[in-house]
Amino acid sequence: MNIIVCAKQVIDVSEMKVDPNTKKPILQGVPQKISDIDKNAMEEAIKIKEKHGGKITVVTVGPSDAKERIKELLAMGADEGILVSHPEKYDYHVISSLLAEAIKKIGEYDIVLCGEASIDMFSGQVGPRVAALLNIPQITYAQSVTAEKDKVTAERNMGDKAVTTESTYPVLITVTKESNEPRLPSLMQILGAANKPINDWTADSLTSGLNPMVDTVELKGISMERKNVIYQNDLDESVSKLVDSLTKEGVLR
Amino acid sequence: MVIVYSDDKKLTFELLSKGSELAKGLGKKLTAVIIGKADDNLAKEYISFGADNVFIAETSIDSFKAEEYTDILGNIVKETSAETILIGSNKNGKELASRLAGKINAGCVIDSTNVYLKDKKLTAERVVYSGNAIAVEQFNSKPCIVTVPSKVFDPLKKDGGRKGEIVKKKIEVEKSASKILKVQDMKTGDVNVEDAEIIVSCGRGFKNKDDIKLVDELAKVLKGKTVGCSRPIAADLKWLSEDHWIGLSGHKVKPKLYIAAGISGQIQHIAGMRDSGIIVAINKDSEALIFKSADYGIVGDLYEVLPKLTNAVKEKMG
Ligand SMILES: Cc1cc2nc3c(=O)[nH]c(=O)nc-3n(C[C@H](O)[C@H](O)[C@H](O)COP(=O)(O)OP(=O)(O)OC[C@H]3O[C@@H](n4cnc5c(N)ncnc54)[C@H](O)[C@@H]3O)c2cc1C
Ligand SMILES: Nc1ncnc2c1ncn2[C@@H]1O[C@H](COP(=O)(O)O)[C@@H](O)[C@H]1O
Repeated sequence: MNIIVCAKQVIDVSEMKVDPNTKKPILQGVPQKISDIDKNAMEEAIKIKEKHGGKITVVTVGPSDAKERIKELLAMGADEGILVSHPEKYDYHVISSLLAEAIKKIGEYDIVLCGEASIDMFSGQVGPRVAALLNIPQITYAQSVTAEKDKVTAERNMGDKAVTTESTYPVLITVTKESNEPRLPSLMQILGAANKPINDWTADSLTSGLNPMVDTVELKGISMERKNVIYQNDLDESVSKLVDSLTKEGVLR
Repeated sequence: MVIVYSDDKKLTFELLSKGSELAKGLGKKLTAVIIGKADDNLAKEYISFGADNVFIAETSIDSFKAEEYTDILGNIVKETSAETILIGSNKNGKELASRLAGKINAGCVIDSTNVYLKDKKLTAERVVYSGNAIAVEQFNSKPCIVTVPSKVFDPLKKDGGRKGEIVKKKIEVEKSASKILKVQDMKTGDVNVEDAEIIVSCGRGFKNKDDIKLVDELAKVLKGKTVGCSRPIAADLKWLSEDHWIGLSGHKVKPKLYIAAGISGQIQHIAGMRDSGIIVAINKDSEALIFKSADYGIVGDLYEVLPKLTNAVKEKMG
C-alpha cells in the first residue's frame, strides 16, 4: 500500500500574542510545530502500513525550516519526506495545486491522508481541493478507518449525522483528532530518522504560473480582556462572593 | 449571477439575505439552488426570502456525496455563469465548496463571518489562529466561492408577494467510486447553544457521564437550561451529542453568562465562547488556562463547588 500524508508546519497558536499597540497578531518568534491533526493522519498511515506493508511518503508545502518538522514524522514512521517550497504569494489554490502536482509526481499511491483541518487556519479546504485535482473520491472527517486489501471503510463524524462510507483505491481521507492517539517516537527512531531521505522540490519544478486567487489584505488581532477575579480559599465564601458578583453583573435573574 | 446553496433551509434563507445585497451591489441576479427532488414549495419560499430565480437540479442521487454534488453544482455554475457562489458552512457544505473550488479552479474562503464588496471586489473575513485574529481575504479572480456558517446573517423579512422564475433541470453525473453504507442521526433534540443566554459547560474534569447532572441542575436554577461541553465530552466520550460541543470545531456561542466547569481552557475551546458576556470558570487547578479567559473563577473541586453554587443561586433567585 502506498500512502501519502500531507502535513503542514504551523505556528503554535496557544503561544501567540496580539500586540497591544498595533492590535496585530505577532507571528514572528512563535514556536513552530506540525499541525496537530496531521499527526493523527500520520498515525493512521502507520497503522495501515503495519497491516498491509508498503511505503509512507510525507509531503509538506512550506519554508525550509519545515524540514525539522518532517523529521519528526520520519521518526514516527514515515519512509520519505518531500518538502515543496512555495512561491512568495500563496493561497489555498496555490498550496493545493502544489500538493496535487507533488502527489502526481510521486506517482503510485493508494491513500492520501490529510487532517480534517489545520490548527492555524482551520478551513478543511486542502483535502477536498486536492481530491478534486487528483479526481479521486474523498472521505472527510473520518473518526475511524478500516483499510482492507481492495477497499477502505471509514466512520465519519458529520455533526448531526454519523456516516459510514466505503471506497476503492485511490482515495483521499481526512481524519479527525479522535481517530487515534499519535505515537511518540523512541530515541532510536529519532536517531534513525536522520538517515531517511527528505527531498527538496521547488514549486517551479512542479508547475509554473501559479498565482493566488485570494489575497489576505489585512490581519486584525483580537485580544480578550477579562476581569480575572479568582476566588480560592474557603469554598463557601468563594461561592457566595461569586453569586454576589454575578448579581452585580446583572446576569442572575 | 450570484448563487446560494445549502442543504439546510434556514441557512439558505440567511445566505439569500447576504446574496441579495451582493447581487444588488454587483448588478446581478440572485439564484437559489436546490439539489434533489423538485420541491416547488421550497422554491417559492426561497423566492419569498429574496431569490430572483430558483434552479432545481433534479437528480436520482438520494444522499449527499461531495464528489457527485460537486459535479452537479459545477454544472449549474457553468450553466448560470455564476461568479459569486455562497454555500452554507455545515460539514457537507465545506467539503462541497472546497472540492468545487478545486474542480473549477476558483478561490475559496471557508467559514466567513462577514462578506462584502470592497473596491468592487468580493471580500470575506474569517477567524484565524484559533480566534487570535481575523483575516480579511479579497478575491482577485472569478468565480469566488465563500462558505458562511449559520447565524452569521439575518434572513430578510418574508415577502410572499415576490415573483421569481423556477427552472428545473435533470442533471445526472458520473457515480463516485465511494459508497455510503450507513447514515445515523446523532441529534438528540432541541438543544440550541447558539441561541442560549446562559450556558453551563462541562469538560474532562467530570469523571462519569451521570455526573453531568451537576451542570444540568445549575443550568436549571439559572433558568438557562442549556448545557455545553468541550470537544472530548462530545467527540471522544460521546456523553453528550454534538449539538452541545463548543469551540473551534464545534458551536460558536455568545451567551450573557458562560460557566465552564472542569474545562482546562485550551485555545480551541476558548475560540467558541470568547464572545460571551461574563465568563466563569470552576477548576481544581489554580494554574488552569481557563482562569486567564475568565471574569470570575473558583479554584476547587467541581463536585463540591457545583452543588454549593446551585444552592446559593437557588436561594438568591428565590
Ligand atoms: C484542531 C482542533 C480542534 C479542536 N476543537 C475543539 C473544540 O471545538 N472545542 C473544545 O472544547 N476543544 C477542542 N479541541 C481540543 C482542545 O485542544 C482541548 O484538548 C480540549 O478542549 C480539552 O477539553 P477539556 O478541557 O474538557 O479536558 P482537559 O484538558 O483534560 O481538562 C480537564 C480540566 O478539568 C480539571 N479538573 C479535573 N478534575 C476536576 C475536578 N474534580 N474539579 C474541577 N476541575 C477538575 C483539570 O484541572 C483540567 O483543567 C480541539 C483541538 C484541536 C487540535
Ligand atoms: N502547506 C501544506 N502542506 C501540506 N499539507 C497541508 C498544507 N496545508 C494544509 N495541508 C493539509 O490539509 C489539511 C487541512 O488544512 P486546511 O485546509 O488549512 O484546514 C491539513 O490538516 C494538512 O493535512
